[in-house]
Amino acid sequence: MKLTVDFKNPELAKSLIDKISAEVFDEKSYNIMEICGTHTVSIFRYGIRSVLPENVNLLSGPGCPVCVTSQGEIDAIFEILAKTDICVLTFGDLMRVPGSRGESLEDMQSEGYDIRVVLSPLDAVDIAEKEPDRNFVLVGIGFETTAPAIAASVVSAEERSLRNFYLLAYNKTMPEVIKFLLNDSKLNVDGFLCPGHVSVVTGEEIYFSLPENNKAAVIAGFEPVDILSSILYIIYQINRNEFKVYNNYSRAVRREGNIKAKKLLEEVFVKCTASWRGIGQLKNSGLCLNKKYEHFDALKVFDVDPRPAIAKEGCRCGEVLKGYILPKECSMFGNGCTPEKPFGPCMVSTEGACAAYFKYSS
Amino acid sequence: MNMKKITMAHGSGGKATNDLIKNLIVENFSGSILGNLGDSAYINLCGDLAFSSDSFVVQPEFFPGGDIGELSVYGTCNDLAVSGAVPMYLSFSLILPNGYIMDDLEKIVKSAAKAADEVGIEVVCGDTKVINSHSSNTPIINTAGIGVMGASLNDYSKIKPGDKVILTSDIARHGMAIFSARKELELENSIQSDCGNLYSIFEKTGYDGIKFSRDATRGGVAAVLHEISDKISAGFYLYENMIPIQEDVVYLCEFLGFDPLVVANEGVAVIISEAKKAQKILNKIRQTKMGRNASIVGEVYETNNVVMETKIGGVRTVEMPSGDLLPRIC
Repeated sequence: MKLTVDFKNPELAKSLIDKISAEVFDEKSYNIMEICGTHTVSIFRYGIRSVLPENVNLLSGPGCPVCVTSQGEIDAIFEILAKTDICVLTFGDLMRVPGSRGESLEDMQSEGYDIRVVLSPLDAVDIAEKEPDRNFVLVGIGFETTAPAIAASVVSAEERSLRNFYLLAYNKTMPEVIKFLLNDSKLNVDGFLCPGHVSVVTGEEIYFSLPENNKAAVIAGFEPVDILSSILYIIYQINRNEFKVYNNYSRAVRREGNIKAKKLLEEVFVKCTASWRGIGQLKNSGLCLNKKYEHFDALKVFDVDPRPAIAKEGCRCGEVLKGYILPKECSMFGNGCTPEKPFGPCMVSTEGACAAYFKYSS
Repeated sequence: MNMKKITMAHGSGGKATNDLIKNLIVENFSGSILGNLGDSAYINLCGDLAFSSDSFVVQPEFFPGGDIGELSVYGTCNDLAVSGAVPMYLSFSLILPNGYIMDDLEKIVKSAAKAADEVGIEVVCGDTKVINSHSSNTPIINTAGIGVMGASLNDYSKIKPGDKVILTSDIARHGMAIFSARKELELENSIQSDCGNLYSIFEKTGYDGIKFSRDATRGGVAAVLHEISDKISAGFYLYENMIPIQEDVVYLCEFLGFDPLVVANEGVAVIISEAKKAQKILNKIRQTKMGRNASIVGEVYETNNVVMETKIGGVRTVEMPSGDLLPRIC
């Protein structure tokens, strides 16, 4: 516990803020993108933007799992609920995400549908085992961070011979979306604050393409000292034009990642095309259940096909995720789209860029 | 095991109801007014009165640091206390699920009686009903309380820029205790609810220098400050390093993605005081058991919003909570 207290140390944070100010060139602008929802929230909660020089811009990329889940994938949950008497098990973040018709899982729950929030995918398997006469669908979203726990839930369900547990396999992975960002000619980013939690699983390898494309890349933890020191390292790299992947979260991230977790992913999943909100379909960026475990695949069992993602008209979440605009530049921001009644997914999750801007930015 | 349970007969008004009231309710809540078992309680009060009512539906009904019995007494008494009233008389009404275990009900009633004794409020009337257990599988309690006014602490017009904001205890314990009990989180040391008697604080401080107060229950400290700033033309400037909070509560909030300022408390009052008397008031609050961790956390300032200076010197808006708290995924 002491460790995280040290990483919140105000004196250390202040000396880093001074170092950042001394390092930046006034005439230059520094565009830094974070691709992790927890970073987005930490940056707001600690007021990090307000202590940085004006020419250091922090942009929120496609790092919030709920935000990048496509409308088609969301609608498929409602379709399963409409089709069959089943219990949907979900992480809390998804409860307020509106489907195409405007209804959310929270609304459906108040209408009497059986929808329950779980904290861990393994809890979902326990619930299914306790209630053998009921069918359960776990909505599996998230990046490499949640994917191993979801894979473990599938293995556990298989070991317990459960035949009333199904998975909506919506997990997405980082490498392809990083490639997508790098290939985007409109992208105006000099460096990336690489996601600490994802890196614990993947290791450093998935970011190697960043320095090859002259982008700074620093793997960062989530405390203020982690984030400020990582921003400083990014600025060093930009100023010196010397780019490399720097692991600034070495207390949790190993170069090779978590081999066990990676093996578990290989055991359960196979790479597939995934639909990303605001980005579209990316080959090999999703994790679908492989042949061995396909009897747990809710899409196959309930014969539901997530329609190609059609973004809701007026919602500019996609542009926010690519860093083209700040949330405030969307005309719906705070005007028909609020955390209480979100119109687009970036406003739904605590970690969504729009929700974070709305809640913490005066 | 043959366990005694509540049946529909306990709510029918017949012998079973009578026995329950006599043997459980009257037996535990001392006081001749209740013991008279009239259709109304006769009470005699002078002066300006405060009147407050609250219903309690907490699940689970037994949680680390408390239970629904004491919560239902403290909850209404705290509303009276932060309004500047001395809690005097309380009604206590139970809505029980059919099949509820009698021993558990007894625990709840005893705990409510103990809380009432501690506050010094007399339970004078009540009611008992039984409902089908499909509607709820835990008891629902309604209490209403009357107090005699000592000072008006609900007058927004008294609040002026420069006034100090005091929190009477560390925050977010009740919400996190309930959350961990509900989700069966296996924590090394369970977080205890702060459920307790806020009147003990005002007994100690008196009202001199206190302009306004409110208890920070659902929606936490953030909701209280937003509600107040909506009613006045000023706002609040807080200092994160002054906000009292237990370390294990910080970690659980961070793990689940909750801002501790929006998490519920059951033993924290927000007090707005004259600047020059704030330290003296704080010293007195800290002498009480409930207020050991009290702190001056900020001040009223001219701008009509709620902001906080973070530990690293940044400034951010404090969010107004919306809807139920939903845990994040990663």
